[in-house]
Amino acid sequence: MTTTVRQETSDKVDLWLRMYRQMVAIRQFETEVNELYTRALMPGLAHLYIGEEAVAVGVCSALERTDYITSTHRGHGHCLAKGASPDRMFAELLGKEAGYCKGKGGSMHIADPATGNLGANAIVGGSAGIATGAAFAAQRLGNGRVSVCFFGEGALGQGVLYEVMNLAQLFKLPVIYVCENNLYNEYTHYSETTAGEIVARPAAFDIESVTIDGQNVRVVNEFAQILVDRARRGAGPAFLLCNTYRYHGHHVGDINREYYRSKQEEQIWKSERDPIVNFGKVLIEQKIADQEALDGIQKEIEAQMKQAVAFAISAPYPDVDEVEEDVYA
Amino acid sequence: MPENHLPAQNARELTFAQAIREALAEEMRRDSTVCILGEDVAEAGTPFKVLSGLLEEFGRDRVFDTPISEAGFTGLAVGAAMAGMRPVVDIMFGDFVTLTMDQMVNQAAKIYYMSGGAWKVPMVMRTTMGATRRSAAQHSQSLHAWFCHIPGLKVVLPSTPYDAKGLLKAAIRDENPVVFFEDKMMYKLKGLVPADDYTVPLGVADVKREGDDITLIATSSMVQVALGAAVLLEEVGISAEVVDPRTMWPLDEKTLIESVKKTSRAIVLDEGYERYGVTAELAAVIATGAFYDLDAPVKRMGAMHVPIPFSPPLEDATVPTEQTVFEAARALCGR
Repeated sequence: MTTTVRQETSDKVDLWLRMYRQMVAIRQFETEVNELYTRALMPGLAHLYIGEEAVAVGVCSALERTDYITSTHRGHGHCLAKGASPDRMFAELLGKEAGYCKGKGGSMHIADPATGNLGANAIVGGSAGIATGAAFAAQRLGNGRVSVCFFGEGALGQGVLYEVMNLAQLFKLPVIYVCENNLYNEYTHYSETTAGEIVARPAAFDIESVTIDGQNVRVVNEFAQILVDRARRGAGPAFLLCNTYRYHGHHVGDINREYYRSKQEEQIWKSERDPIVNFGKVLIEQKIADQEALDGIQKEIEAQMKQAVAFAISAPYPDVDEVEEDVYA
Repeated sequence: MPENHLPAQNARELTFAQAIREALAEEMRRDSTVCILGEDVAEAGTPFKVLSGLLEEFGRDRVFDTPISEAGFTGLAVGAAMAGMRPVVDIMFGDFVTLTMDQMVNQAAKIYYMSGGAWKVPMVMRTTMGATRRSAAQHSQSLHAWFCHIPGLKVVLPSTPYDAKGLLKAAIRDENPVVFFEDKMMYKLKGLVPADDYTVPLGVADVKREGDDITLIATSSMVQVALGAAVLLEEVGISAEVVDPRTMWPLDEKTLIESVKKTSRAIVLDEGYERYGVTAELAAVIATGAFYDLDAPVKRMGAMHVPIPFSPPLEDATVPTEQTVFEAARALCGR
């Protein structure tokens, strides 16, 4: 009995420290992205995940490496939490050959079969079919895999989401729809675009749903694990509504935001509900780590990210002859 | 004579629909990851009865009736293909492909490229085309050109039962998303089809009739129209060659160009809208590839630029017929 308790405690400590590190890694990764973008070293668009780290980390920590995820235009956090390596991520963001997609996808399309990442998607709600289809394949092939579809509350406006939720429930597919409600569909508050209650939508299909604090990684992980286990047992799809907040603008260039949200609102989320700061406090309170250890993690990850950025910057671009490669398999 | 015109020892006469069903059944027996998804595909076997009997042989684990959610089940097929299945989705009327466009154009077509070759999407979308069924503007279009425009997709338009079976089997085995258009007016067309396991490779045109004076390049149902016109032309002393590209992409440009170099005149026939359509692309291929051998401008004949009307005499006027092709060919040959 004592051994079991110790083992559980030790597993919990490992999990919590791992989740803390991953959240710090995502924030540091995105901080570097912001830096690269503002220094004009990164082409294209950058949609930062800072503030929402607990959702990706809590959910992905409930998954096996072989389980599937689909991600969004704000997808760096999901990809990292599922196991992507920062150096190849940065290389992709800079359009380099060493990137996950050989530079052909960029920030909004990172995909990696090795970690079950079916790909980030730049069409809002665009991956709902893919995630559901991967769950369909997992069920047909009997390989026990679960599929997670990450999407923002903006995707609630897309009809295809409801088409596939209906299919998922009819076929009892092992798919979890993770709705990250960061309150804003780009530059518009979700209350202006969303009639009724969000969870009334899965309820219409009799899909199990849970609404949770998306800023608390322990809560996210606990409920994700319940829903993932349930799906793996064959009990069908679920809907996890995570209330969260996007610290930055819709993309890096979205600086003057006061026409759609106040600085005071941003400040409250940052100072009172930050997922990393608050989880750090819990780790200290529960004597899992002290401030020095947390500072050590921060420094270590900062160095790791600097190294990954340096790798990406010095990596070569793809040869121009590559442009016609990979159109057809 | 091309090899596939020779009836094999074990060839039987099958309809176009039966040939398609046989291709599906053979591929489902061969590969357990092949499955069918669509509206009324199970007990009903589709309104055209193309899939009748497949549910009985393969069961509900392989033949899935879906809700009326074209975007949803097409999207599901994309993900299923990525994760190890080979789904064949059935879009009952070709007009309904408009509902699947994000899944096909932004997802299926681009995933292999966007992921740098990491993920592939081996799926087939079967759908219909063709007017003159008195089904009006939302059940009669031939929208294959939309897909031809998109890199990453392959587009197949069979014109005979033999080609339908061989091309569908090749499409199912292909590693890419393939859109397979069946002219619903051809489901009862009969032809010899071997009982063997054979495929017709995607990207190889077929000379359906040899001739010397003019090339009629025709797709899908227009192949029968062209062959009929060729008979009428023969009666006035014009020898017409009929070439069927069979797949719009990949496109066998070489066979088309060689034929026109030989005959020096060409009409391109396709049931899609003529403007900005398949006929325009094929005409451009010929104009570029056979420019110095042409004795007349390349003539295009497609569907009129109108929504397909319901009233029979109006609808019949919208698509090329043996008679209109005959007249156009005569005029082009100056006889």
